[in-house]
Amino acid sequence: MSLSGAWYLGLAAIVFTIGAIGLLVRRNVLIMFMCIELMLNAANLTFVTFARMLNDIGGQAIVFFVLVVAAAEVVVGLGIVVTNFRRRETTVADDLDSLKG
Amino acid sequence: MVHLGYLMLLLPLAGFLFLVTFGRRIGDPVAGWIGTVAVGGAFVVACIVLAGLLGLPDNGRVVVDNYFTWFSSGGLTVPVGTLVDPLSMTMCMFITFVSALIHLYSIGYMKNDRDYSKFFIYLNLFVFSMLLLVLSDNLLLTFVGWEGVGVCSYWLVSFWFQRESAASAGKKAFIYNRIGDAGFLLAIFLIFERTGTIQYESGPGGGIFGQLHHLDGGAGLAAVLLLFMAAAGKSAQIPLFNWLPDAMEGPTPVSALIHAATMVTAGVYLLCRMNPLLHVTATGSEIIATIGAVTAFTAATIACAQQDIKKVLAFSTVSQIGYMILAVGTGAYIAAVFLMVAHAFFKGLLFLGAGSVIHGLEDEQDLKRMGALRRYMKWTTVTFTIGFLAIAGIPPLSGFWAKGDVLDNTFAHFKVLWVLGLITAVLTAYYMSRLEILAFGGKERFDKVGPQGEPALHAPHEPPWVMRAPLVILSFFAFFAGVLDLPWVHTDNLSSFLAPVFAGTLYNDHLGAGPEWALALADIAAAFAGVIIAWWLWRGDEVYQPKLEPAFLQRVWYWDDFYDTIIGRPAQRLATFCAWVIDVRIIDGAVNGTAELAKATGNAARKLQTGYARNYALGIAIGMALIIAFMLSRTWWG
Repeated sequence: MSLSGAWYLGLAAIVFTIGAIGLLVRRNVLIMFMCIELMLNAANLTFVTFARMLNDIGGQAIVFFVLVVAAAEVVVGLGIVVTNFRRRETTVADDLDSLKG
Repeated sequence: MVHLGYLMLLLPLAGFLFLVTFGRRIGDPVAGWIGTVAVGGAFVVACIVLAGLLGLPDNGRVVVDNYFTWFSSGGLTVPVGTLVDPLSMTMCMFITFVSALIHLYSIGYMKNDRDYSKFFIYLNLFVFSMLLLVLSDNLLLTFVGWEGVGVCSYWLVSFWFQRESAASAGKKAFIYNRIGDAGFLLAIFLIFERTGTIQYESGPGGGIFGQLHHLDGGAGLAAVLLLFMAAAGKSAQIPLFNWLPDAMEGPTPVSALIHAATMVTAGVYLLCRMNPLLHVTATGSEIIATIGAVTAFTAATIACAQQDIKKVLAFSTVSQIGYMILAVGTGAYIAAVFLMVAHAFFKGLLFLGAGSVIHGLEDEQDLKRMGALRRYMKWTTVTFTIGFLAIAGIPPLSGFWAKGDVLDNTFAHFKVLWVLGLITAVLTAYYMSRLEILAFGGKERFDKVGPQGEPALHAPHEPPWVMRAPLVILSFFAFFAGVLDLPWVHTDNLSSFLAPVFAGTLYNDHLGAGPEWALALADIAAAFAGVIIAWWLWRGDEVYQPKLEPAFLQRVWYWDDFYDTIIGRPAQRLATFCAWVIDVRIIDGAVNGTAELAKATGNAARKLQTGYARNYALGIAIGMALIIAFMLSRTWWG
């Protein structure tokens, strides 16, 4: 038995929404990172689903790129978070408002 | 020999370039000698060219040399060329001669000046420009020389620019000249537009003088009046004469060379050069003659009331040039040139004599603090007296013949102006005698009115020989220049030499021997009347008591106040208005308003930057939602 593509897309939409809402409402930088990862993986799932549905390998190829970019982004992002924590003893995003106009 | 005109130009130019490069290094007095030699060389070349010109037949004495084309554009071709003819050579002879003597004099006068070599740089450049003005064969090159002498005059008037009065006198001279120069430019435009050429008498179609039929009626009159405007600026005629007395702020050799002997006669030269054009319209000549006579009279009255020795001579120069302009307006060009030559000698002499007095009295120019200098400065006294007798018109000195020539022609042509001219002759004799008596006669006044009443440090002393020699040489010529053009010699004199230049335009007075003798006696009577009145009024005063010096004359007929009221102060008010209303309110308002607008926009926009990452993320989410909504709407309803 195989599920139709719509299920996967629905799941991806739900995961994406959880990620987006989490990003907007949470204050902890690490949690916000996780939410971004959720959104990226929801997007990946969509790519893979469409690749299956349309019989096009391109969607799966893009997923690899997204994974690589996401990994790199996490490396840099976590580096910033750790450095920031050392200097300011906080991981709360709202405390980092020195770019306020 | 007659084709050496370019060399006359190149020598002072070479002197100028050499002094610009090395002047400061070689300094006093070698720089002065080099400048003098350069101009003296030009004088030698002028003699050679003159000899060559005299070797040509009477009616073939016009030699045009074209060296290269300056530029050509459309129908306008401007060659760089020289026009050697009796008129230009007469000018060149006395310009180079007097200039060389004044260079020599300056070696002594400018000794120990901070900018010794700079002075000779300017003087050499001035002589080059003046010769270019005179020798050029077209109007535009003449204009280049005209501007050249103007700028040298500016530099030399404000040579001691540390003095506020010298700096502003230079500016005044320059601005008055610019007004005249505008007239010159417009005249060149008009003449070119009508005749299609700017060369005097060479080139296709016989130059301007060959195309004069295109300049008839109103255009001709306009061209004449515009040229006269130029001449009035340069030659200090009403209404542009006020700059010349102020120009006396310059060193005295400059006053002698530029503001008496040479540059200020450039206007007279220009009108003489353009004599065929002047002949086209009688009205123009009448206006010129009237202004000349009125200027001569006005300036002579003012000279009677001046107490600065150089100011008296300055107004006297304006007055004498008025005579020349009167002669030009009468059509008696030869009389004008004759007076110009004689005037260069005696006025150059008088200024150098005044310079010698100023030098001897340690920079004292006030006649009130002179007197009895005859006991201290014998050379200066004798030479100055010769100059004074010449300008006063005492026979047989040069001034008598030259001024007589002008007055005879005026008598035959305009009786009213002749009366004015004769009164001016009385005034001339009067103010010069007053000057002579105040400076050299009477009692000593110089150490009695010292600044703090202390006795003077030095007794008045004679200048060194480099300054005395020019005085002696010039006094010789001031005495004998009359033989250039004696009325009863009709060959081999200035008249017959110059006649071909003015063929067909020269006014002939047709006076018989009887009226000529009567007029000569009138001139003599006028001269002696002036001298006697002055002697009777001024002899033997212990202290200076002003006589016949109303404020009206001392303040130059209120000409300066008049210009100040109608031009100066309104212009100043306009400038103030522009500075404090237009500039501050309107221009600065626009600039500052733009800045304020940008600032206000920025202040409004910065509120968007909260610094909270979630707000930016929300912005992204909303933007994405909008984009998706847009795409969906296109899919469903598109």
